[in-house]
Amino acid sequence: MKRAHLALLALVLCLAALPVFGGSYALRLGTMAGLYAVLALSWTIVGGFAGYPSFATAAFFGFGAYATGILLGLGVPFVVSVALTAVAAFALAGLLGAVLLRLRGHYFAIASLSLVEVFRELVNNATDLTGGGMGLNIPLAAGTGVLQEAIFFFYAMWGLLLLTALMAIVVASSKLGFGLACIRQNETASNMIGLNTTLYKSLAFGLSACSVGAAGGIYAAWVHYIDPSDVFDILYSVKPIVMALIGGLGSPLGALVGAFVYLGLEETVWRNFIQFHSGLLGVLVVMLLLFLPHGMLSFSSVVRLPWRRLKHV
Amino acid sequence: MLAVQVLINALVLGCLYACIAIGFSLVWGVLNVINLIHGSMIVLGAYLAWGLYQAFGVPPWYVLVAAAPAFFVLGYGIQRLILNRVITAPVLVTLTLTFGLDLILNNAMIYLFKADYRKLTLVPPMGSISVMGVVVPVDRLIATAAALVLTGLLYLIMRRSRIGRAIVAVRLDRDAAVLMGVNISNIYAIAFGLGAALAGCAGVLMAMIFPISALTASTYLGKAFVVCVLGGLGSVSGALAGGLLLALIEGVGATFIGPAHATTLSFALLIVFLIVRPQGLVGRKGFE
Repeated sequence: MKRAHLALLALVLCLAALPVFGGSYALRLGTMAGLYAVLALSWTIVGGFAGYPSFATAAFFGFGAYATGILLGLGVPFVVSVALTAVAAFALAGLLGAVLLRLRGHYFAIASLSLVEVFRELVNNATDLTGGGMGLNIPLAAGTGVLQEAIFFFYAMWGLLLLTALMAIVVASSKLGFGLACIRQNETASNMIGLNTTLYKSLAFGLSACSVGAAGGIYAAWVHYIDPSDVFDILYSVKPIVMALIGGLGSPLGALVGAFVYLGLEETVWRNFIQFHSGLLGVLVVMLLLFLPHGMLSFSSVVRLPWRRLKHV
Repeated sequence: MLAVQVLINALVLGCLYACIAIGFSLVWGVLNVINLIHGSMIVLGAYLAWGLYQAFGVPPWYVLVAAAPAFFVLGYGIQRLILNRVITAPVLVTLTLTFGLDLILNNAMIYLFKADYRKLTLVPPMGSISVMGVVVPVDRLIATAAALVLTGLLYLIMRRSRIGRAIVAVRLDRDAAVLMGVNISNIYAIAFGLGAALAGCAGVLMAMIFPISALTASTYLGKAFVVCVLGGLGSVSGALAGGLLLALIEGVGATFIGPAHATTLSFALLIVFLIVRPQGLVGRKGFE
């Protein structure tokens, strides 16, 4: 385990303790931070390690939210629902990945983007199961107070974040991570020397979707009401990419830091410019890409940066 | 009679889809940039037509003359000032950058015009032509004809003009074009400007037929994606073929399966095409 990985775990554990001393606003913000960090870390496994520009995060986030929501509605316990959701997301993404990951570059980006649209339409039309455009109500856990529940979901999300961080570390330091780095640098060559690239890419896609799905599940149980335009919002696909760009592509620690920085910026903008918040988000994205080049250039090995070491995890 | 009506509708709608997609296809084909602002530019064009008609009673087909140069300048500026800086960066960067620009434009439109749907209602109404039970509204026919004219115009620019040949040259072999003395960043900006001009004009035509709202931008963008992938990248004939095929499949799907599944059908088709025939119906060699 490398120093950067230890720093990653330490950061997760330290920040997990913080909101307990704050009020309910800090708890809400803390839960959002956990959610964003899970999404950014998961995206890093596909987009950072393997170098595939995936826009499918929103698809699996929505899938997870609906799967957990429906299971909870059937009376399945919370932990079991989320675990089942994660397994289902892994299987679904692995299967879809085996097909979609044959595409590269722009074509993969579009295919993953359209996955979100397809899932949303399917959920919209399966009115009997999902409530369609009316949305889905998720039952409240009986007998607990509002604050207890907020604390419970905060720890649920941060527990998931810890698991995701551990997963990213294990992937990075295993044969899988090495294979993904090979695929990022030269897929054709990796394939020629006998690396099963399809299997590796599908595994990475599945693992990424697995934690995204679980995060969607916890989110659904936390907010108690979801509808297709909320959980299949394309912004859930784009935000993790922006976070990873802020922190530096391909580094799990960078993704985590990027997620927290991004949340801070977003919250400031939301509080002060509610009418124009997504426009300012756009300004932020443009400024970031134009004037903070380490995020976008860390893809190439031309630039030497102090944290470049972290990239080749 | 139903089959003929579905076919006619698909023909009319297909030409409009081609017009929506052609500028998007040009930018993607020549610059290798997926231009996510395209949908919002279409809506901006629609608002332009709506505003001019509400304020001065200018009919949409006259607005086309003003919209084309205005959007060209807008697109040229965006490419020159912003996109050219990152044009050589990986896919993820250009894609995320145009997404950021789209957020700005889209949010600005929602802020200015609110999220309400608006409709450009021509007074007096144009009515419709009915031949043996097949009904076609006149305004749709005019919009279709205009879309065909715009598409033909782009074809002529690409085939006959010096700048068009330069764009094709850059598309076919960027390095060779540089060696022949083509100013790459200028050609990129002109191609992006042309794409924006076509988006604006398509928006003006859309205003005649469909309700206008900034929220519909993503729908137009989705159509442009599908048409591009179906027809093949960076070709006028490809956009026409893709537009007609998409409209036909949507029409048949909506009639025989149900309108709720039209989007799923078109996106499922997109994924199938991406996997089976990523070069599209017409192939993707050169912009002709």
